[in-house]
Amino acid sequence: MAPFKPFQDDRSQYPEKRADGTLDIDLSSGKYLKLWQGPQHPGITGNMSVELTVCGDEVVEGKTHVGYLHRGFEKLMERRTFIQCFPIVCRICVPEPDFNEYCYAAAVEELAGIKVPEKANWIRTLILEMGRINSYLMYLGGQAGAFGMGVIGQWTTYVRDLMLDRFEELTGARIYHMFIMPGGVRDGLPDGFEARMEETLQEIESTLQDVYEAMFCNAIYKKRAVGVGYIDPALLDSYGVTGPTARAAGVAKDVRRDQPYLVYPELDFEPVVATESDIYARSDVRRRDLLVSIDLIRQILVRMPKAGPVMAPLPNVLHWKIPRGETYVRGECSRGEYGYYLVTDGSGYPRRVNVRGPSYTHAMALLERFIVNVNIADVAGLMVSLHTYPPEIER
Amino acid sequence: MRELLESLTTPYSLTDPVEQRPDLAFVTAGRGQLRPLLMHLRDKEGFTHLVILTAVDWLEEGEFQLTYLLSDRTHGRDIGVRVMIPRDEATMESIHDIWPTAATYQRELREMFGIDFPGSTRLNEDFILEGWADIPPYRRDFDTLKYADETYKQRPGRETRDPAQHMKEQLYPDGK
Repeated sequence: MAPFKPFQDDRSQYPEKRADGTLDIDLSSGKYLKLWQGPQHPGITGNMSVELTVCGDEVVEGKTHVGYLHRGFEKLMERRTFIQCFPIVCRICVPEPDFNEYCYAAAVEELAGIKVPEKANWIRTLILEMGRINSYLMYLGGQAGAFGMGVIGQWTTYVRDLMLDRFEELTGARIYHMFIMPGGVRDGLPDGFEARMEETLQEIESTLQDVYEAMFCNAIYKKRAVGVGYIDPALLDSYGVTGPTARAAGVAKDVRRDQPYLVYPELDFEPVVATESDIYARSDVRRRDLLVSIDLIRQILVRMPKAGPVMAPLPNVLHWKIPRGETYVRGECSRGEYGYYLVTDGSGYPRRVNVRGPSYTHAMALLERFIVNVNIADVAGLMVSLHTYPPEIER
Repeated sequence: MRELLESLTTPYSLTDPVEQRPDLAFVTAGRGQLRPLLMHLRDKEGFTHLVILTAVDWLEEGEFQLTYLLSDRTHGRDIGVRVMIPRDEATMESIHDIWPTAATYQRELREMFGIDFPGSTRLNEDFILEGWADIPPYRRDFDTLKYADETYKQRPGRETRDPAQHMKEQLYPDGK
């Protein structure tokens, strides 16, 4: 069946455009209404808001507003030594902070010429996959909740908590782990970790089966999600779309395969792809990707070196200067391409750090375009399906 | 990557090529060469994905560095195109017609660095800051400490320590 495309050429309700390209919306006519979704709203992802202009039940224009979370991380880092930046970066993304740690550490190591021990690379990969599972579990609850199925979020939050327990015993922290630092990781695995992780993975698999039956086989969910929020694959590059959103449109974009990093070249997996490019396809890609991550964690725990250092020797971090240079390091997080652009000038402080989060493109240009012609009730579902986290936009 | 750089250097007058990794290179292009170079990279060389567009403030040299990072997924390679523009004439041609998503980056650069991109969509709308009247805050000459001291009131009883000195005392309590 051909996917339903919400963008039709003949849209009688759609307002005319003025000469400068903006929409001719006369609010005093009574035909249009402004509606703010956010910053405090159950149908919004995090602290951001969408300014909707609606005509009846149909959105004719949407503008994203951010700024509620701006803490100036990039500027903060310019006034801190390289090691002082390490505990700051994870705070840029709450549900999946580990990519900030990895990308920052890898960029610093590259410019400083530090070689990371092999075991540390395996542990880094493990941490990143655990973080991906956390993020996806949170997403599944949000996606179901956006369409009125609150119980799914309770199930996924429970199993996410089990994964947070594993994080706690491995890193000492549940949310901000501060574990992947320049030079390697802070420690090895605790005794008996593998067995406890296996129990957690089995629990997640069992819950995912329940989620599949209750959510993905649910007629109401299908009716709300199939065919809604269609993204044309031809527009992916123009709008900087990456990750599961691109994979649901039939393009197997996955940094883990395209430009492998850490130990991904040694792991056996294939990116999950769908072709329908609607809300349902995006959620299904993420559900199947969760199963891939579970499999990857099992492979990592079996093949990880049992002994060896996890930290390379660092210079005195109080006097650590890095020669002038610039680099960009990326990884595939649960939402798409996450990257750090780091510029050094030979001093003890970074000259510039720029964080590239996938939400930057997904929640701004992409959302503003694809929110048009959607019903008000579907805005939340469409937004969650792009899996956006506002802190990445503001940094 | 080296072949690509060699083939582009003469026609686009590129300078300062750096092969950072086998899959990542940086080059500097002139202001007027940027658009044809980006079009060539996108349409002929497969660099279809605009990864980031950001600025670096080289205050001492009186220049902004704009970095356009492009990615070619088919060959797994990236190229960063630098363009140096003077700080006192911070204007650059917009590329939002090549990549619509660039409009967001340009809007942020306008707000945070005060770099103008005439013609870019919604360029002058507030992005993150609301009603900002000071100099653009991501410029190196914006003093965050001075701004915070003047804007916010310290709570009584709060101590402020120099981070470097504090870390030194924590790590080497006996002063060695």
